[in-house]
Amino acid sequence: MEQVFFFYFALVIAAASVLVVALRNPIYSALALLIMFFHVAGLYVTLHAEFLAAVQIIVYAGAILVLYLFVVMLLNLRQDDRYHRQWPMAGIVGATLVIEAIILTVMKGWTAPVVAAGTETTVGATTNAGAIGDVLYSTYLFPFEVASLILLVAMIGAIMLAKKDIVEVNSEG
Amino acid sequence: MTELSLRLAVTFAQILAEMSIVMITVATLTYFERKVLGWMQDRMGPMEVGPYGLLQPVADGIKLFFKEDIVPAGANKAMFALAPMLTMVVAMIGFAVIPFGPNITLDIYGITIKPFVVADINIGVLYILAIASIGAYGIILGGWASNSKYSLLGGLRAAAQVISYELNVGLALVGVLMLAGTLSLVQITEAQSGGFWHWFIWGGRPDGFFPIHTQIFAFVVFIISAVAETNRIPFDLPEAESELVAGFFTEYSGMRFAFFVSAEYANMTLVSCVASALFLGGWNAPYPGTILEYIGLEQLAWVEHIVWFAAKVYFFLFLFIWIRATLPRLRYDQLMRFGWKVMLPIALANIIITSITLYFFPR
Repeated sequence: MEQVFFFYFALVIAAASVLVVALRNPIYSALALLIMFFHVAGLYVTLHAEFLAAVQIIVYAGAILVLYLFVVMLLNLRQDDRYHRQWPMAGIVGATLVIEAIILTVMKGWTAPVVAAGTETTVGATTNAGAIGDVLYSTYLFPFEVASLILLVAMIGAIMLAKKDIVEVNSEG
Repeated sequence: MTELSLRLAVTFAQILAEMSIVMITVATLTYFERKVLGWMQDRMGPMEVGPYGLLQPVADGIKLFFKEDIVPAGANKAMFALAPMLTMVVAMIGFAVIPFGPNITLDIYGITIKPFVVADINIGVLYILAIASIGAYGIILGGWASNSKYSLLGGLRAAAQVISYELNVGLALVGVLMLAGTLSLVQITEAQSGGFWHWFIWGGRPDGFFPIHTQIFAFVVFIISAVAETNRIPFDLPEAESELVAGFFTEYSGMRFAFFVSAEYANMTLVSCVASALFLGGWNAPYPGTILEYIGLEQLAWVEHIVWFAAKVYFFLFLFIWIRATLPRLRYDQLMRFGWKVMLPIALANIIITSITLYFFPR
């Protein structure tokens, strides 16, 4: 049963990801991305990571992609302008990735990776959200704080960039 | 395999029952809103169809069903058809985690079901927030696909508004989540049993009535932000008649229009359910236990619980209509300033104060 769901989600994720870059209309691309986010969330649910699944939808589908749609609609991109002679570069990157995947598959074979004893962290909390909270605010407290600082800096930077024009206009007038 | 099919059958029956209840509530609300608005404005409201106009929702439904379905020239047909469906589906699936009645379990042929909640998942609150954030897509796509400037402006306004106020809804709930220590709506409601002083709006400690953990500020922020998120007056900028004709659904007619309107009422019902479950104790009566239990009818106690839940939900629905009848519409910049500079700081301060009081006076 779980295998069926996994292959369904994996297939849709792969197909939707291809559609995101292949579709001509940017609105359709954004919707394909939405479908992909939902199936990634579904994949998390099959792994019993419900908290991650919900956060995936709230953050990516609910906030970031809405902003993308916003921008796409406001700019009203011409559909033909999306492909500027990027094919050679895309070909090089794609070929490299395919070769890398083949080499890795051949070298490692198809066997599942063996989990070394003692690398799994056992947490006492019963729910997924509790487990993430326990680990995030104890073991990974420092990376968590660093990440929030980086976000704060980015936020202040964005405000400064957006406010620059207003300040100049005010000083002139 | 029989267990699986039985489970599926039970779940489908629950979903069907829940959707029927929601659709009946929506139909009632269309009548209720017009009547209450009528009384508040000193007029009768619908009176012609049936006694006291009681059959008005039926007449409206039949009318909308037989209306011509117009797709404007130059509209994106696929997106134009998808938007109302998306809005409606998103409005309906949120009810899956709402506990309508007490947390009792029934055993039917070896499988355990909870009759009053379709899915008691341990991330219920996050699920509601996720569903609410998806609701913006139907509005944006409907506005964009109509190929009309009023619709597009309405859709863009809706997107900005929903993103801004969704943040306040989420932050207002954090205090409650800290008090309950769980994300499941069933367990949050259970944590508030035993009298109205245990409801999270007061937040009294279990050992006595001393409301140190009061969430009343979060409650006010939640209610105001919920009104804004459901695009109701005074925050109905996406569909402001005086500026945008009818906003994002200007070009819609017939059943597609009905879908948008029903989704708005279903969303109102959903936020009312969430507000009752999180702040007003959900199915719990304002006194400890239930009256039916005291007079020896333990088996029927669930009736009283459901009546209390419905009463709380309808109180909030009445509040929505009351606000609509009372307040004028905000200007767009006022709306944004209010959301970011008034609601957000209150919600953040509430989180800090609640965590401090919880640290010194743990529950």
